[in-house]
Amino acid sequence: MTKKKHATPLLDELQGGKWPSFVDGLKRLADDEDKQYSGMMNDLLGQLEHSYETKLGYWKGGTVSVFGYGGGVVPRFSQVAEDYPESSEFHTLRIQPPAGLHYNTDLLRKICDIWEEHGSGLIALHGQSGDIMFQGCSTEKVQPAFDDLNEIGLDMGGAGPALRTSMSCVGHARCEQSCYDEIRAHRTIINAFLDEMHRPALPYKFKFKFSGCANDCVNAIHRADFAVIGTWRDDMKVDQDEVKKYVDQAGRKYTIDNVIARCPTNALSLNDDDTLEVDNPSCVRCMHCLNVMNKALSPGDDKGVTLLIGGKRSLKIGDQMGTVVVPFLKLESDEDFEKLEEMSENVIDFFAENALEHERIGETIDRIGLTNFLDGIGVEIDPNMVNHPRTNSYVDTSKWDQEAEKWFERQDEDSSQTAAE
Amino acid sequence: MADTNVEPRRAEETGVPDPFPYMHPVLKKNYGNWKWHDRLRPGVLHHVSHDNEEVWTVRAGTQRQMDVHTIRKLCDIADMRAEGHVRFTTRSNIEFMVSKEDMVAPLIEALEAEGFPIGGTGNSVSMISHTQGWLHCDIPGTDASGVVKSLMDDLHQEFVTEEMPNRVRITTSCCQINCGGQGDIAVNVQYTKPPVIDHDAVANVCERPAVVARCPVAAIRPALVNGKPSLEVDEQKCICCGACYAPCPPMQINSEESTKIAIWVGGKHSNARSKPTFHKLAIAGLPNNPPHWPEVGEVVKKILYVYKDHGRDWERLGEWIERIGWPRFFELADIPFTRFHIDDFRGARESLNASAHIHF
Repeated sequence: MTKKKHATPLLDELQGGKWPSFVDGLKRLADDEDKQYSGMMNDLLGQLEHSYETKLGYWKGGTVSVFGYGGGVVPRFSQVAEDYPESSEFHTLRIQPPAGLHYNTDLLRKICDIWEEHGSGLIALHGQSGDIMFQGCSTEKVQPAFDDLNEIGLDMGGAGPALRTSMSCVGHARCEQSCYDEIRAHRTIINAFLDEMHRPALPYKFKFKFSGCANDCVNAIHRADFAVIGTWRDDMKVDQDEVKKYVDQAGRKYTIDNVIARCPTNALSLNDDDTLEVDNPSCVRCMHCLNVMNKALSPGDDKGVTLLIGGKRSLKIGDQMGTVVVPFLKLESDEDFEKLEEMSENVIDFFAENALEHERIGETIDRIGLTNFLDGIGVEIDPNMVNHPRTNSYVDTSKWDQEAEKWFERQDEDSSQTAAE
Repeated sequence: MADTNVEPRRAEETGVPDPFPYMHPVLKKNYGNWKWHDRLRPGVLHHVSHDNEEVWTVRAGTQRQMDVHTIRKLCDIADMRAEGHVRFTTRSNIEFMVSKEDMVAPLIEALEAEGFPIGGTGNSVSMISHTQGWLHCDIPGTDASGVVKSLMDDLHQEFVTEEMPNRVRITTSCCQINCGGQGDIAVNVQYTKPPVIDHDAVANVCERPAVVARCPVAAIRPALVNGKPSLEVDEQKCICCGACYAPCPPMQINSEESTKIAIWVGGKHSNARSKPTFHKLAIAGLPNNPPHWPEVGEVVKKILYVYKDHGRDWERLGEWIERIGWPRFFELADIPFTRFHIDDFRGARESLNASAHIHF
């Protein structure tokens, strides 16, 4: 029997147009009369139309999870269920996608089949944290849906006060700027701390993001508590023949205005023969000239990562960016990856023990000061951590000599290490 | 009824899936070995490895919130016109990789025939980053999918071409937590009134000390109202941020009229040239006007096309404003500069002009 469809005059206006319409999709699902989700999606459309009329949301949270896990399901119960009963429970399962968001059609078809059987038929690819969001599931179907997804090799993502699902850029898989194996780093770190994801027990959320270079395509510095950004510390590579070709093609004025003059540290100079001179010690690896002269310029060979801690959105002290905590960590060998894991563990442990409830690590650092945080995670200070030294004289410097001695000791250690390499 | 004695299935705690079984074979083979790339046209990338292997990528926009039929349609195209492997970008664009250049044109044709726009590369306006909104969020001030759909209908031409000075990343957020993140242009909810408290519900729903602690300006305190434990808000102190609404839904922050839209400009994720930046307030007080949010669209387009006309190559929107100065930006964008543009939250003094550098 065909059920009466909710009239949705406001949503109908979002059908058509040049961009693919989510309303078309919702309606196709509501029209799938032979599918179990048809009624749910009809009522979902009804509730959404009601929101468009009243300009209010009608979902509230709750507690829903799967056996053995405490997180990953975002529960949604309707506050207007009497009018839209079939979508009264419309939970989301956050499922971790393959790192780098690679799929074959077989995997995508399987997840469609599973969600057609147990859920609403609506899938978001992807949420802001990087999850596949299976949107719209009744409480009783959450477990069987997850069981089937888990059977094909997918696992729950993060929600609530927990380690969250991570993201890594396309990186090594299809990008010449990539400075480390993002997929390996992403999987190594997240899979080492799955307990923190699946059984939420942290003060608040904690996010890792992995970008292969300073273009930061996954927005790690803004959005991640722990940002891993690829970089290199030797000289950038310059193919002078390609530089000349670029200048020939783009023009000398264009090259000077858009490559040389746009270098943030004035590290570039165009020679009279249209080759490029690079003052590498002044270069900050911002990526601009490599982006513009893509064929001519490449990252160096001594690659690794910069770690920045403390990025977050507005709640509650205002948006904060991650700031440098480790200027360079080599990231190639097994030992290097172990070091990254160790550093991650130190930061998560410090966060778990010292953050206040509902406080992000950036807020903790804001509260206690960077030097106390560094002491807590066992990292030495470095001038790359600051834009400039303090401008305020109100500080007790009575231990200056001891602290200065530490600097000289570290300098000696660094130079003997470099000699050993 | 299900047999309650049967223990549910225990999860295989496998974590992040290994992507290599799903990855396009040319990507897998040349993993970590790419040398350079160029763009053949908007929406088409061409990558070359150190071993001179090549791969072509066709990027198409999607609606992000996809029904299984749309995903299967994309799979059909991937199977018939590509090589069965796709990936997604962080902005919900889908990418089809192919190992032969002559597969590109028929693939584009198939995608366009099904209504998927080809673009989002280089100096285009890519797909808008997108939150949940009325469709699924528990604290939304507006919808996300509808705002994005309306804007992208309008900006379609800028997605399929690469005519901006540099790439443009637009974001939306349905509350002031700003889940959509930083953008060259950000379209975010801005509340304009203190929460309206349902005192009968507070005691049963809210953990009062947690709500008090959540307020950024200490404007909330416990109170006994009509003999029931509740909360009260010092409305002189309240900054209408909505932080209390999530832990305490009876503190309704939204209403039909008071929930407004603000537009912010100059956010930048990349470290290229300048350090990453946060977006800054351009305009507030725009109506929350579904289903098309026309007032928002007008301002976004105004800002976008002023930038397109005046920005120099490689300048992101915020870098362009840095060069021309904020007075000129407000003049060109035809937006009033008000007392609300001057920050008074913590660290605000850092944003003041402590110099004699003046734009005339």
